[in-house]
Amino acid sequence: MMRFILGRLASIALTFFVVSVIIFLMMHAVPGGPFDGNDMPVSDAVKAKLNASLGLDRPLYVQYFSYMAGVLRFDFGIPFQSPGETVVDLLARAWPPSLLLGGLGVVIGAPLGILLGMAAALRRNTWIDYLASAFATLGLTIPVFVTSMMLILVFAVWLNWLPSSGWGKPNSWILPVIAYATIPMATYARYTRSAMLDVLNKPFVTVLRAKGLSERRIIFQHVLRNAALPMVTVFLPMFIGTATGSIFVEAMFRVPGLGAYFVSSIELRDYPLEMALILLITLMFCLAYLISDIVYALLNPRIRFGEGRK
Amino acid sequence: MTATMTAPRQRSPLYFAWRRFAANKAAVVAGGVLTILVLMAAFAPLITKTGPSDQSFLTQALSFPSGEFWFGVDDLGRDFFTRIVYGARVSLTIGFTAAAFSVLIGIPLGAIAGYYGGRADWVVMRLIELFSVVPPLLAAMLLGALTQGGFFTIVLIAALFGWVQVCLLVRAQIKAFKEKEFVRAAQALGATPGYIIRRHLIPNSISPIIVGFVLAIPLAMMLEASLSFLGIGVPPPTPSWGQMINTGMNFMYFYWHLAVFPTAALAITVLATTLFGDGLRDALDPTLKGR
Repeated sequence: MMRFILGRLASIALTFFVVSVIIFLMMHAVPGGPFDGNDMPVSDAVKAKLNASLGLDRPLYVQYFSYMAGVLRFDFGIPFQSPGETVVDLLARAWPPSLLLGGLGVVIGAPLGILLGMAAALRRNTWIDYLASAFATLGLTIPVFVTSMMLILVFAVWLNWLPSSGWGKPNSWILPVIAYATIPMATYARYTRSAMLDVLNKPFVTVLRAKGLSERRIIFQHVLRNAALPMVTVFLPMFIGTATGSIFVEAMFRVPGLGAYFVSSIELRDYPLEMALILLITLMFCLAYLISDIVYALLNPRIRFGEGRK
Repeated sequence: MTATMTAPRQRSPLYFAWRRFAANKAAVVAGGVLTILVLMAAFAPLITKTGPSDQSFLTQALSFPSGEFWFGVDDLGRDFFTRIVYGARVSLTIGFTAAAFSVLIGIPLGAIAGYYGGRADWVVMRLIELFSVVPPLLAAMLLGALTQGGFFTIVLIAALFGWVQVCLLVRAQIKAFKEKEFVRAAQALGATPGYIIRRHLIPNSISPIIVGFVLAIPLAMMLEASLSFLGIGVPPPTPSWGQMINTGMNFMYFYWHLAVFPTAALAITVLATTLFGDGLRDALDPTLKGR
């Protein structure tokens, strides 16, 4: 088991290192620099001086290692687009709204999706099943900005029940939370349905029925426990997925969160912020997969001797 | 018909696949919708009265849907129905081309990983891991900035993230087939790995390849729409639904038609392609169901 964990850890660390190098190189390969914008044209001499003061004139590998050395000390540099604070300050200010809305979306969406999936699996081929499957497919295929647009059109523009955008009053959170919740809900409805059907068809369930166990105990004590495995592994990646979802949801609902910085940092060649955002998301995905793999291996001995996550 | 009464006629696997597909109503309807969309995109100049970028109706800019303008006129005086129809062209072309490239990258890598196993498999699996920890959208945004956007760039970006699924499907199939007797026999007869892969293993993986191809289409279309929505996708005069949704957002409170039609068009197209792909998957390979 220890060997398995160390193996996964090494492989995920390697992946993270390679991704960080590639992202850093790609970021600097994008033509133009932070002072090439048209808002404040500066002379070449000034530009050179500014670049030198930020260390942008050094060779790329030096810049990479000095940045990564900072990251190890939890110092992500100073964002060019708001030099009055550090990247960490900016994250501390902009992340909580995103985390709140995305977290609420997952926390509300996931249990609803599980219930929907259970209902669909237990009432297979009835209207509940069809409705749940239709909803799951819709939720997974329609881009989140389309969902947001529909929500705004129906509830804000036509019915005029809820504010379409803004921040502050909790009633302006409702629509973005619904938008965030659709993906977890659809994902879980789909996973729960197929996982439960998988388990329900196993011979041991027939044995339990033959033993005369009540259907309720079969479902809650045996089927659900066995079906929980694939459901556990999708949770963390999905939760982190709300971070990239925030780019759209927050743009649609005008939420002052992290979303807008993903786009602006790339557009403004704001290297420290850009690197920090992508590294954080990548790191979280790496950790999420690592944790999922370990949990999976702990629960399922066959994986330990196999090859891990597919 | 009488022949079936006397002896069970031998049916090809394709026949059974077709029967399974036809029994799936959602997939059949989705296939019909997709066919209509493809025809609409292909014959766009025949069903619309103006070009997609012609500002022929400047005086009637922003007018609502009517008998003359089915979907209204947009803010720059262009017939919105024309824009939506030509948008299907952009979306579908990018979807199909990107899926084709995904298959082209995915097959060889999947075949190598599946056939050779060991170190080759390890390398391919690490490569896949690399692509699974980077959010496609962020990488696409960065790549888009790097290459200044454009039609072909988006196809490449979508293919870069679309091959993983195809690769995994092909790898699994080839891994399952390489131990079969006919492959052993071919090896014993001295066939080279390249020959076995081309002649025996890939033809046997045709179902997962088709499935991977069709399921890569909606992903590419969604990526294109997302990038265009953010303004780093297909550049403006070319009609793209993602771009139109972004514009429509600004006019939403009064000129609702600018937001509704592209939203619906994108949703219907992506949904139809996905349902068609799901149906195809279940029909071609029932064991893959629910994956």
